[in-house]
Amino acid sequence: MTTAKVNEAGQKIKMTARDVKVFYGSNQAIHGVDMDIVENEVIAFIGPSGCGKSTFLRCLNRMNDTIDSCRVTGEIALDGQDIYAPSLDVVQLRAQVGMVFQKPNPFPKSIYENIAYGPKLHGLASKKSDLDDVVESSLRRAGLWDEVKDRLNQPGTGLSGGQQQRLCIARTIAVSPEVILMDEPCSALDPIATSIIEELITELKQNFTIVIVTHNMQQAARVSDRTAFFHLGNLIEIGGTNDVFTNPTQKRTEDYITGRYG
Amino acid sequence: MNNLSLIIILLVLLAVAYQLGMQRSRKLAGGQNSASLHSRPHHYGMMVGLWAVLPPLFVMLLWNWFSPAVIQQLVLASLPAEILDSGEQAQVLLRRISNLATNFAVLSEAADWEISAANYLTALQQKSTLLLTALMFIIGALGLLVSYQKIRPSLRARHQVEKALMATLLICSTIAILTTIGIVLSMVGETLKFFSFIKPSDFFFGTTWNPRFSTAGVADGSLTGSQGSFGLLPLLSGTMLVAGIALLVAIPLGLMVAIYMAEYAPKKVRDTVKPIIEVLAGIPTIVYGFFALVVVGPYLADLGQMLGLTIRATSALTAGVVMGIMIIPFISSLSDDIITQVPKALRDGSLGLGATKSETIRKVVLPAALPGIVGAVLLAASRAIGETMIVVLAAGNSPSLTANPFEAVSTVTVTIVNQLTGDNDFASPQSLVAFALGLTLFVITLLLNIVALVIVRKYREQYE
Repeated sequence: MTTAKVNEAGQKIKMTARDVKVFYGSNQAIHGVDMDIVENEVIAFIGPSGCGKSTFLRCLNRMNDTIDSCRVTGEIALDGQDIYAPSLDVVQLRAQVGMVFQKPNPFPKSIYENIAYGPKLHGLASKKSDLDDVVESSLRRAGLWDEVKDRLNQPGTGLSGGQQQRLCIARTIAVSPEVILMDEPCSALDPIATSIIEELITELKQNFTIVIVTHNMQQAARVSDRTAFFHLGNLIEIGGTNDVFTNPTQKRTEDYITGRYG
Repeated sequence: MNNLSLIIILLVLLAVAYQLGMQRSRKLAGGQNSASLHSRPHHYGMMVGLWAVLPPLFVMLLWNWFSPAVIQQLVLASLPAEILDSGEQAQVLLRRISNLATNFAVLSEAADWEISAANYLTALQQKSTLLLTALMFIIGALGLLVSYQKIRPSLRARHQVEKALMATLLICSTIAILTTIGIVLSMVGETLKFFSFIKPSDFFFGTTWNPRFSTAGVADGSLTGSQGSFGLLPLLSGTMLVAGIALLVAIPLGLMVAIYMAEYAPKKVRDTVKPIIEVLAGIPTIVYGFFALVVVGPYLADLGQMLGLTIRATSALTAGVVMGIMIIPFISSLSDDIITQVPKALRDGSLGLGATKSETIRKVVLPAALPGIVGAVLLAASRAIGETMIVVLAAGNSPSLTANPFEAVSTVTVTIVNQLTGDNDFASPQSLVAFALGLTLFVITLLLNIVALVIVRKYREQYE
């Protein structure tokens, strides 16, 4: 592990991306993105559909590996370590950089088994009681414990959409990642469930670095510390959320935020 | 005028009526723009066509249904009184007469009254056809005229056509269902006859199968002394043994094929290999039988010798192994489809938590697909239980109650073949038992299929 980098403001840098390009076959989806992600911040990616924000997000824990035609160049590092290095174990990486998806995708197993899945895989809990503790604390941190504590053995698919998404967040937390990637986590949820998740994100910030892709600009404004605006596979602007929303430096950012397109 | 030519005439009528209806609706619409009509012109054409054809068709069906009985009654009534009183069965008389009428050969010289009755029958049949033709023509023309007159721009022809279409589809599915019911009923009838000879408890719980064939000539019902024993259990155990071995072969192989195809194989490989595997299901089962008899059986026997086991060349093992190969595509193809249907989101969720590919398949994909896979296995099992030709050739045909796969066994299907081939009186229990066996088999496979379908359906609901 190399020593952690620090940016001008003295914040610890968690992940860095340098000149990242992504190709789907011969089609280039990302045209050289540079970015630093600061530890314990919430950073939001915004931009119109097809701008590459989700693609870039999925590069951060190499989920793009599951797509055959996808090719990534450039350098992405977690704590200074290149995550595309041949020596890196992608399984380890994904344990460190967890992911929550657009549609809640609980496994067709019990609520308990959904949470215990990751810890069991990685051998994080050896005894049944340890596992119980991990399940309870994960569900508590995801704000779901009180709602499900009496029915841990019922299928996770029987929960409501918002509960399912919190279950998926709890499942991700259970592996104790350092970074959590969220790909439009609220796009399939109603406003009430959305606001619960947003509160949760704000709380989780204390322990995790969170990267969230969202279509909802109000959401980005509410939950994130910094915002990155993507357009046509380019990172147009990145900065403090307040600055980006109130005083964008780029014309395209301003046009998008004021609703002129997208 | 037979039914075929009648149908051709109806088709012509349909075409004419369609054209007429379409033209009239066009004319009513006033030239090129047909938007003022409720329905499109071809709907009007179709409606007139249906009215011209369906009623006569219905009449024809009814006529064909009832007229033979009416004609028979008329012929019977025309016979001289002393013949009717002679105690001869009416059916036997009528069969002779109709054979005469169609120039079939009959035993012994035909009597005068028989010949005149045959002539009368022919005349009646001709008259009947003529009447039917005329009736159909009148009704068809009437239908055409009435519906032609009814065409107005506001007439909802489209609705009528849609309804007729729905009714047609309904009738087709009813026919399929009725056929199944008919098959069951015919088997039930024969089975009940069988149970009038043999007690059901002796059949279902009997442990020996030895249906002594009745000696030729004793066909008058005095069979009681020479009845064999008709125990189902040895056959059922043979069936289960062979099917069980087949599943032991097919489930692991088929599942692994399915997992490879669905999760690992590149698209190109999948597109070529999948149809090739499915060819296995298309090979005629008699060919599998040769294969078992000529290749697998001797090979297994040699193998047994090397290992110090006595394996007969024709045994439950031989038949089971070959049958297992046959049903691999049932399991692999269905499971492959089901595994592919497991949403990508689930895989991503698991991979995103740091699971490896094989962990994801074992712990998430397969459990999610399990109900569907169980359904596939049950369908394959019912196929294995009903399979005949492989076991006829390769299982050894020895109805003994054994659990030893190296022994020759016999199955329910093989026994049905044995009981129904050869010169056997169809009224003897030796033949009738085939229906009881068939019905038993049918019930077993039906139950398996129902369970399989329920499971598969439940699984579908989960993801839709």
